[in-house]
Amino acid sequence: MRHDHLLTAKQLSRADIETVLDRAAAFDDNPAAAGERYADELLALCFFEPSTRTKMSFETAAKRLGGDVVDMGSVESSSVKKGESLADTVRVVEGYADGIVLRHPKQGAAKMASEHVDVPVVNAGDGAGHHPSQTLLDLYTIREHAGLDDISIGIMGDLKYGRTVHSLAHALTNFDVRQHFVSPESLQLPRSVRYDLHEAGAQVQEHESLDAVLPNLDVLYVTRIQRERFPDEDEYEAVAGEYSITPETLDAAKDDLAVMHPLPRVDEIAAAVDETENATYFEQAHNGVPVRMALLDLLLDDD
Amino acid sequence: MTDTELRVSKIQNGTVIDHVSAGEALHVLSLLGIDGTEGTPMSLGMNVPSDRLGRKDVVKVEGRELSDSEAEVLSLIAPEATINIIRDYDVVDKRRVERPEEVGGVLVCPNRECITNAGEPVEPTFAVLEDGLRCEYCGELIREDITAHLRN
Repeated sequence: MRHDHLLTAKQLSRADIETVLDRAAAFDDNPAAAGERYADELLALCFFEPSTRTKMSFETAAKRLGGDVVDMGSVESSSVKKGESLADTVRVVEGYADGIVLRHPKQGAAKMASEHVDVPVVNAGDGAGHHPSQTLLDLYTIREHAGLDDISIGIMGDLKYGRTVHSLAHALTNFDVRQHFVSPESLQLPRSVRYDLHEAGAQVQEHESLDAVLPNLDVLYVTRIQRERFPDEDEYEAVAGEYSITPETLDAAKDDLAVMHPLPRVDEIAAAVDETENATYFEQAHNGVPVRMALLDLLLDDD
Repeated sequence: MTDTELRVSKIQNGTVIDHVSAGEALHVLSLLGIDGTEGTPMSLGMNVPSDRLGRKDVVKVEGRELSDSEAEVLSLIAPEATINIIRDYDVVDKRRVERPEEVGGVLVCPNRECITNAGEPVEPTFAVLEDGLRCEYCGELIREDITAHLRN
């Protein structure tokens, strides 16, 4: 993989993805594989929005590689509160660290940031845009459970604003994957993502109900439908209930269906599903560490 | 001098935009930020006969030479247009518009959540597709009514 930054999943070829996943598998087997090669490397964590998994797994990955992190902290405690631009913030942080992991509420923020600095920038979520490092760990998890060719995946929930969905959909076009999108009409994929999937010749079907497609799926990727996307509570409750998973829902699924979720979940996957063989979301979250180790290894390596 | 050119008066210094797709002249004025209140002398021919286009529009603007970025956006709404730069009644430069690979600086991204609308030092830039434009930052598509997104 020869990239200066990781900004969107669209920039990744199949070969790029396989390189990251293979290296992640090596770190999964032996977390000490990188030795102390990154002992002098510092990774800056600039999160302008809340994060638990992404931030902590990048921090864990950096430390497992022998490096360390510097954390901007919350927006409330930073110069952003004083009105500093993102462009200025990253130019300052560039002087402190060897790479920048950025989460920001505006779409395209990571791309803009990358134009102002010479160190690698990883997009850790830009509003409703992209979240490519999540996609790499999603792909790693899918590969472990179902392989990445000749599979059917259902992607359900908030497809309109869900950045993990947008990035995953783009990345899956590199593989022989049938993509089934399941959502209420108001939360269907945005036009820009549809355009890309069409351009890529992806195998895509859209559904308003999971019922018809569930028996054919190898993977079901569930995302959270957020309250604030709906004009009133009743409408939200009605829709959210229709797109949630219980152990009973899974009766109609293949025995080895992998149920995934980028987390955090609220009630779109019932806690009882955790006890089933299908629950894959915690393993998915754990995969964030070896995958981000692999990603950092490839981006920070000067050789 | 052809019948078409006779319909609108000659200009001393400025730009003549010829072979504009019929009916698009008002969009061209919008692109140039001209609504008539500036006092700029300006002539407009709409739906005039054209050997090349059948019907065409012609825009003549006194005291204004089209910039390169304006010419690029012009190519999106009037792909057949020719630009004539006039100085002291003479045509000093005549060129066809060329469809660029990207345009920057003239349009605003319609996505309010795009970083280009967040007060950052970044110029909105759009890739030119076969059937529209696409923001290079957030990926938003503009497929119709390009002039509605011109920067004021």
